[in-house]
Amino acid sequence: MKTIKLVIAAIIFSIGFSSCTKDDDSPIVEENPLADYKMVSSLKANAHTIEVYSEQEQYIIGYNELFIRIKDDASDSYISNAEISWTPLMHMSQMKHSCPKSAIVEDGDESVYKGFVIFQMPGNDDEYWDLTLDYTIDGVAYSVTQLLDVKAPADNKRRVTVFTGSDDVRYVLAMMPLTPEVAINDFSAMLFKMENMMTFSLAENYEVALDPRMPSMGNHSSPNNVNLVYDAESKMYMGKLSLTMTGYWKINMKLLNESNEVIKGEDVTDENTESSLFFELEF
Amino acid sequence: MKTNLGIRPKSLWLTFGNNRCVYVLAMLFFLFFSKNLDAQEGIVEKIEDSILHINLDEVVLISSRKALGHQKQTKPLSSLDEYLESAQKVNMVKRGAYAWEPTLNNMFSERLSVTIDGMRIFGACTDKMDPITSYVDVSNLSKAHVVSGQQGAEHGTTIGGAMDLELHKSNFANTGLKGSLESGFETNNELRIVGAALDYSSDKFYVDGDIIYRKAENYFDGKGNEVGFSQYGKYNFSANGGYKVNDGNKLTATLIFDEARDVGYSALPMDVSLARALITSVGFEQDKLGTFSDWKSKLYFNKVTHVMDDSKRPDVPIRMDMPGWSDTYGFLSQLKKITDKHNFLLKWDGFYNKSLAEMTMYPNNPNESPMFMLTWPDVRTLNTGFYAQDQIDFKGSSLKLSTRIAIQNNKVADELGLNSLRIFYSDLEQSQNHFLKSVSAQYLKHLEPFHINLGISYGDRAPSVSEGYGFFLFNSFDNYDYIGNPGLKNEKSFEGNAKISLQRAKFKTSLEGNIFHISDYIIGEVDPMLSAMTIGAEGVKVYSGLKYADLVNVSWDMEYSILPELKWSGIVSYHRGTDNDHRNLPFISPVAYRSGLTYKKETFSGTMTMKGAGKQSNFNGVFGEDQTQAYTVFSLTFGKTFYLSNDWVYAKVGLENIFDEYYSTYTDWNNIPRMGRNFFLSLSYSIN
Repeated sequence: MKTIKLVIAAIIFSIGFSSCTKDDDSPIVEENPLADYKMVSSLKANAHTIEVYSEQEQYIIGYNELFIRIKDDASDSYISNAEISWTPLMHMSQMKHSCPKSAIVEDGDESVYKGFVIFQMPGNDDEYWDLTLDYTIDGVAYSVTQLLDVKAPADNKRRVTVFTGSDDVRYVLAMMPLTPEVAINDFSAMLFKMENMMTFSLAENYEVALDPRMPSMGNHSSPNNVNLVYDAESKMYMGKLSLTMTGYWKINMKLLNESNEVIKGEDVTDENTESSLFFELEF
Repeated sequence: MKTNLGIRPKSLWLTFGNNRCVYVLAMLFFLFFSKNLDAQEGIVEKIEDSILHINLDEVVLISSRKALGHQKQTKPLSSLDEYLESAQKVNMVKRGAYAWEPTLNNMFSERLSVTIDGMRIFGACTDKMDPITSYVDVSNLSKAHVVSGQQGAEHGTTIGGAMDLELHKSNFANTGLKGSLESGFETNNELRIVGAALDYSSDKFYVDGDIIYRKAENYFDGKGNEVGFSQYGKYNFSANGGYKVNDGNKLTATLIFDEARDVGYSALPMDVSLARALITSVGFEQDKLGTFSDWKSKLYFNKVTHVMDDSKRPDVPIRMDMPGWSDTYGFLSQLKKITDKHNFLLKWDGFYNKSLAEMTMYPNNPNESPMFMLTWPDVRTLNTGFYAQDQIDFKGSSLKLSTRIAIQNNKVADELGLNSLRIFYSDLEQSQNHFLKSVSAQYLKHLEPFHINLGISYGDRAPSVSEGYGFFLFNSFDNYDYIGNPGLKNEKSFEGNAKISLQRAKFKTSLEGNIFHISDYIIGEVDPMLSAMTIGAEGVKVYSGLKYADLVNVSWDMEYSILPELKWSGIVSYHRGTDNDHRNLPFISPVAYRSGLTYKKETFSGTMTMKGAGKQSNFNGVFGEDQTQAYTVFSLTFGKTFYLSNDWVYAKVGLENIFDEYYSTYTDWNNIPRMGRNFFLSLSYSIN
């Protein structure tokens, strides 16, 4: 027993030593592939630590690209080849519902799993989100549920919108993350149909007409925007958004179906200064 | 003649403000005091009769430092703008009381070459609130050369002509130390002017320095209304020096620093909190180089900073800051070769200009981020050219041939600016080249008693920074935002001119005309698809090239010596500008006239002038114009020189717009009225 303890001590010592010399030029053994991301939650369950990383500081309303790693607490190593599925769930006072989400796939590094979730609303004191992760490692199934604190983005600008179209279908339209510039920006969004409380399916072959405006500048608009059209490969709606200056922009939109009928949104005119379907940007 | 002096409480010198009162009393005291001095009579005044020259140029004498110069001026300490306005072909576009923009042959600055001693300088304001002429003062200058059309290509490419402002220099005159003090006052806008100059010159070395300060309050129009935001304040310092290395070699240097603050622009939605220029040069001159002579070279640098500001305006839709910067580095080198028949001038010059301007708007909601854009996207202009001219003398006639060939590169250096423009022009190249050329032939024939001048020429120009790369530049005249167009072609001008003059002992007259046929004429055209940026603007215009435009200017002038001391002169001119659809071009003068009597005897001088214009019948509402009414204004001046041993005191008083006419001219931006009745007084004390 004593020898085992000694060996362990030696291993810990050597790990400690090697971690102390991380700054050296020598190749780093264990580099965090998600070092550029922010860990938004970490949960211990089933002798695993489940870490969730995001590009954002926290879970926010709208599109969240999330990275998951599962650490085996015993061996202190990250687990590869896990199969993961997830279910975000909003607990409202009267009902429960989920939100649009992707499947979870391995991302480059074998121990990193990636997917996205589009939260439509924030949590509050009475209503909250949780996320259930079901994962299988070496044929053994595990499950864990954690509470999420979903907040509005720091700038409180609208990046996702939920609406019922003129066809009585409920849609979720979410803007893909964008670092806006005074330029013609590549602009994309995802559109989902809400089949029921728990199921959201990709809505294909619609078109989103863009009309960016600056309300503070007398509703100044910009030229050469390109409407969002569906790209089957990326499963996203892609277009161009031109921004003539920095500041607050309201991106007024109209959702059109395949026969060019307006499902949601209105034209911006002198009388009608905004569409009921819009995103917001400020930079 | 009974005039209505004193009716307007604020504008007349009968009811002075405290400041004004003290100032005028001091000046009257000065005048009274100097009257008691030994008024030495008998200064010989030599006014050279203007020799009929092959160049159809006008020289506006400024030379405020010289006694003779002073006597010739109707208003010695007036602004350079007022001096230039007295030139025949020049009109001044007025957006306030300060920094008027000169036009020549009814063409604006982008079609002109405006230089200071041959140096290129470019204003830093996207709204043309700082023409180059605003960065020098009469105290720096000896004359302004105004040349029409391609004959002005000596200092740079041009369409309409050129203005070169020649700096005052002692030029090794060996006059020792001379000094002068200047002061002036005007009642209408409480303009106060003080200046001082000190020149030292020996045959080996000279240095000239001067400083002038002007401060004016709002002026009052002919109806007695205060024209808000027409105040200004500026000072200008300049130093010039030269050193003779040896007999044939000289070194020269120039420094001008000009700063205006708190300048109101009544016709515009913004004012200027700072307009500053630093203008420097060093030169080398050599009398002989092989068989050539007068080899002159110069290196120069100038830096212009211009800050537009609306913080004093009580009511604006949105607050904004609009600073701009323009730096120019340049050189020139020229040689002459004079033979019996030929008079060659060869010149090589170049400049590199950086023009950057930005706009930051502050939303009324303080939680919203400021809105930022580059209105001039750091445009770098590199231009180099060769100029050659030859003046060939025949018996009884002469011919002048000249040409300029230049290459210009424009580059958008700022990434944000480039991307901004690419919103409109997705395939815009960062860098573009223009090849520019000009040729001109001018012929003079003496057919006594007539002189006939005939000229034809061709020239082109590249688009200006605003025309090529401007981004949402608001024009308050037509109420449109302007977007530059980098794809513009060079604007090309075919030009013809003719002049016939008759000169007799007591009588002189000439009839002169020019015509410009300009293809790819650059002007803003409405693009109904684009959305205005400026709150309240009608829409957006994009610079584009009209197929062609034609401009015609005809003038007839006369001069008659009634008595040796008394001279009458008059000029009447006609102007017309149309495009290929027979639309009227904007800013074309209606029929204009000027007439005056000048009396000069010994140390006394007096002038009475009348000037006016007919009703503007050819205007164009599309370009924001409305009809300008006819007007006539009268002015009177008196001058007297007093001598005190070697020193002299020169006093001049005058009354402008005697009948307090309420008027505005076709060049007055948004029809702001011109100044009403104004009394001026200037005193110069010269220490020799």
